[in-house]
Amino acid sequence: MYKIAVMGDYDSIYGFAALGLDIVPVAEPFDPEAAGRKLREMAGKDYAVIYITESLAAVLEEEIDSYRMEKLPAIIPIPGVSGNNGMGIKMVKKSVEQAVGTDIVFQDKNRR
Amino acid sequence: MAAAHVNPTRMELTQLKRKLGTAMRGHKLLKDKRDELMRQFLDLVRENKVLRERVEQGIQSANKNFVLARAVMSDETLKTAFLAPKQEVFLETDVKNVMSVEIPQFHYKTRTSDANDIYSYGFAFTSADLDDAVKSLADILPDMLKLAECEKACQMMATEIEKTRRRVNALEHVMIPEMQENIRYITMKLDENERSTQVRLMKVKDMMLEQTHHYSSRYDRQAARDEAVQES
Repeated sequence: MYKIAVMGDYDSIYGFAALGLDIVPVAEPFDPEAAGRKLREMAGKDYAVIYITESLAAVLEEEIDSYRMEKLPAIIPIPGVSGNNGMGIKMVKKSVEQAVGTDIVFQDKNRR
Repeated sequence: MAAAHVNPTRMELTQLKRKLGTAMRGHKLLKDKRDELMRQFLDLVRENKVLRERVEQGIQSANKNFVLARAVMSDETLKTAFLAPKQEVFLETDVKNVMSVEIPQFHYKTRTSDANDIYSYGFAFTSADLDDAVKSLADILPDMLKLAECEKACQMMATEIEKTRRRVNALEHVMIPEMQENIRYITMKLDENERSTQVRLMKVKDMMLEQTHHYSSRYDRQAARDEAVQES
């Protein structure tokens, strides 16, 4: 039986506690080292999905990339209260670029 | 090229030919695998894009609701409201095999079946905006899980496609040409060997005939005799 975690600044994630997801607040400003350690620790436990706010994901990009090939956990960026910084789309774009060699799905968005 | 370190023997040649056959078949199969993976990946990535846009929008509007709720409530009441969640979400994972990529599938279960258990607080001291906010967040949770599944699948397939593409290219541009070159080298070398044996045999035959019949000395004597006849 796996659980779901949400990671990020407290203001962005406290609502998920009501739904029954585990929230892991990280104090702002983000300390990449401490947050990375926390993420690794959680990935080692039985979390199948870890949602992470985009602002925190931007800090932990390398750490998140290292879980790309692993079956679990799935680390998914979501927008926080501070808004959308394009981190989520960037991750998908990265997959496309890795597979196709160039970005063919989101390119019309870049042109706009 | 690599011809320098192959043994030009018949055994090596048969072995190489067999290897080349396998490599060709593997190359064709891998190419097919790559094409099919790519097709499925593109479908998946488009779905991923749609889902992501929907989830991002949903979370943003939920966040707006939370900000509203926060505006009319004190931090303490808010924290107390979420201190002891009633509901819990569990995930069960399955594995789906898509072109030998093992993609996780999530099925979620809640601890209690009551949909209203997401409100972990008494309604007396909290604002109605909070209820709205929690509800809007609960509504997008299924989409969020689908997004997680889809995005993970995309990531894993992208890695697999990259791997397969490398293999196809390695076979097509390195392994197969190298083997063809080696086979050509061995056949040429064997042909050359055969020709040289032939020539040697012919030479040996000549020498043996010479030994038994002494053709050359006989010709010499004949020539001398002819000369004598002409002179007289």
